[in-house]
Amino acid sequence: MTQTRDEIGEDEAGHGVVKKFMFVNRKAPYGTIYALEGLEVVLISAAFDQDVSLAFLDDGVYQLVKGQQTKSLEVKNFSPTYRALEGYDIEKLYVEHESLEARGIREDQLLVPVQVVSAEEITRLMDEQDVIIGF
Amino acid sequence: MLHIVNKSPYERNSLSSCLAHAGKGSALLLIEDAVYAATRGNVAEAGIRRALETLAVYALGPDLEARGMQANVIEGVQVVDFAGFVDLAAEHRTSHSWL
Repeated sequence: MTQTRDEIGEDEAGHGVVKKFMFVNRKAPYGTIYALEGLEVVLISAAFDQDVSLAFLDDGVYQLVKGQQTKSLEVKNFSPTYRALEGYDIEKLYVEHESLEARGIREDQLLVPVQVVSAEEITRLMDEQDVIIGF
Repeated sequence: MLHIVNKSPYERNSLSSCLAHAGKGSALLLIEDAVYAATRGNVAEAGIRRALETLAVYALGPDLEARGMQANVIEGVQVVDFAGFVDLAAEHRTSHSWL
């Protein structure tokens, strides 16, 4: 099957078209597989040179809490991976203020630099995306 | 933008979180167990009525019918079939499924 340039996201010069991708994270880290799987997909997306941002809402804010120790649970502690995102040029991490406040979490308890934004700002950011993927 | 919710408002906070983030003029489609939220007398009714002031709210007919809820839909919520679901997805530039 032959694909057109448009279908594979290339412009006439053969450069890839950069789209705005937002990954919306709304689950706590170890109770379900969503957070870890979401992070894997974020890392894969980094390989495609897209404009990637991450939003953390609701229980998703728990993913970024400092001091996670999973040894006794015998599962992988994937929290250090969030610190590695910067190395993949993924630097836009938005954390919702209302979700932090509802859970009694302060910004200084988070393991990576983030932008704390209001729910209203999240709405605006979502509206400007080309693709939104939720975990 | 099209927001899609598929979980009962009694089971998850997906709907309330969606309503808190859906911008004016966007659309909300309730499918699967989320269709209960589109019915009168349930815990989410007030939220759906408020949403109707700024959003277009749809519920998937086959899911309402399967649950015996087709006669109890909140006024203003538009019932769509599978083809309507496809149309909504095609009409909006982006969609987001609230897990």
